Amino acid sequence: MTGKVEEPLAPSAFGHLRRTLTSAPVLIALTILGIAILIALLAPFLGTGDPIAIHPGERLKRVSGAHWLGTDAFGRDVYSRVMYGARISLLVGLGAALASVTLGLFIGVIAGYFRMLDSIVMRVMDGIMAIPGILLAIALVTVSGASLMTVVVAITIPEIPRVVRLVRSVILTIRDEPYVEAAIALGTPSPALLLRHMVPNTVAPLMVQGTFVFASAMLTEAAMSFLGVGLPPEFPSWGNIMAEGRIYFQLLPGLILYAGLFLALTVLSVNVVGDAMRDALDPRMARKL
Amino acid sequence: MTTVPVVGTVALVVFAILRLTPGDPAAIIAGDSATTEQLEQIRVHLGLDKPMHVQFFLWLLQILRGDLGVSLISGVPVSGMILDRMGPTLALSTTIILFSVIVAIPLGVIAAWRQGTVLDRSVTAFSVLGFSVPVFVNGYLLILLFSISLGWLPVQGYKPLTDGFLPFFVRLILPTLALSTAYIALIARITRTSILEVMGEDYIRTARAKGLKENAVLLRHALRNAAVPIVTIIGVGIAHLIGGVVVTESVFNLPGLGRLVVEAVLARDYPVIQGLILLFSFVNILINLLVDVIYTVIDPRIRY
Repeated sequence: MTGKVEEPLAPSAFGHLRRTLTSAPVLIALTILGIAILIALLAPFLGTGDPIAIHPGERLKRVSGAHWLGTDAFGRDVYSRVMYGARISLLVGLGAALASVTLGLFIGVIAGYFRMLDSIVMRVMDGIMAIPGILLAIALVTVSGASLMTVVVAITIPEIPRVVRLVRSVILTIRDEPYVEAAIALGTPSPALLLRHMVPNTVAPLMVQGTFVFASAMLTEAAMSFLGVGLPPEFPSWGNIMAEGRIYFQLLPGLILYAGLFLALTVLSVNVVGDAMRDALDPRMARKL
Repeated sequence: MTTVPVVGTVALVVFAILRLTPGDPAAIIAGDSATTEQLEQIRVHLGLDKPMHVQFFLWLLQILRGDLGVSLISGVPVSGMILDRMGPTLALSTTIILFSVIVAIPLGVIAAWRQGTVLDRSVTAFSVLGFSVPVFVNGYLLILLFSISLGWLPVQGYKPLTDGFLPFFVRLILPTLALSTAYIALIARITRTSILEVMGEDYIRTARAKGLKENAVLLRHALRNAAVPIVTIIGVGIAHLIGGVVVTESVFNLPGLGRLVVEAVLARDYPVIQGLILLFSFVNILINLLVDVIYTVIDPRIRY
């Protein structure tokens, strides 16, 4: 990698982690991500107006001093909508990531630790995985009505099986380790055994998987909203902005492309950071990837 | 075989989801002016008065006989609707899979071969970019470039094969490009990683020591041994592909099954939604089964 000095293999994990996390692409990605988070937090203070205010006299205007990214079909300021949209997309991403990791951890531990429940849990997980994620999410939202909560839950559920598999495989590997045997011999009660010895080993892979779920969730929400089956239209999510911009694409491609650009950059950054974390935490650190 | 419980779970999940719909299916069908007796009649007719597990088994038998129910909106049998609109989806999916595999694997191999060079870096960068940009943004960018600015290709629409190969093909180019990017990114990346892993093995060293040209080393030994993860990801990617097809058909206005899903959802046409989910899940399971079979061909050590 350009700019990276070829050192003899440092045996410390920390050194590797540091080198990976300070390489150029990762730093850029973290910056972009940081900007996205700041935008989400500080949206009202970024020179934005009301994202849902309609100005019927100024429909479909191009980029101008008054409207930095133009206006949409209802005369709403696109810049404000895109800035506020960051909140929604990041919220959905974060919500889905946290929920899937938590639930996945819980179910995965059960499957990995309690042999009797293992097969049935895994069969159910396989069943859920067999249904293409976005279709399952769409079906769930259709059934329970569209709201921020239902969309986040609907996006989370298809992501759970992969987390469960991950956790389960970690637990299964550790279960036979000598120190676990020793702990059992010492009479450690199950909950302590789980919490103190097994779960900490899942933290690293879960963090990596969490970032990928984050990225995937943002894309799924955008796709669903774009199709009209995601968040209700009053939310200025990037997906909804793009959905509304569809009909006017030939006239004002910006309506779709501005929100699309922001979404793509954010997802890209999350993916780059996730990859870097995975490379850094991978036990096969000697590999020159 | 473990497939049966998986299919069973899918069926259960789909059934559960659709029985959870708020609102009384009988009332939806009967309309506002129905009397209580009429509603009761319809309920009995639909079998809704029986206990849940009985309903489930009856429904399962019905599905196994190929009867996917009837559309709530048009009254047309769902299986008929599916057959009618299968064409575009099939055409698009096949083209995408073929195109993606043909492009991605060589790309991944070359990136692995020339590891660390600009070529490798660009392939890796492209991979991450490829599955970060949403399909529909991709689609619209392509439309902007090739249809609107350059005018080379039509914006939307679909012509069946019977209308001639060229019109059919030309309209598939942009949708294929739009969706393939993500798939190619995925496959190229796994190919590269997999080949890199294999390159460190002893038999590669032996092959080189034997004096084999690098080409032969790569293709005959490395690729064959690296094939398993690559084939796996092609199978796993199918689920994403199906999701992507739904969006792509919407962007490019292709009258296929993907668009049908969206239409059915917006119209709350539950039997159609149900039938399509079952179909797509089934296809997904089938393809992954096929992948399992292919393993035994590629790697004789794998036996079931």
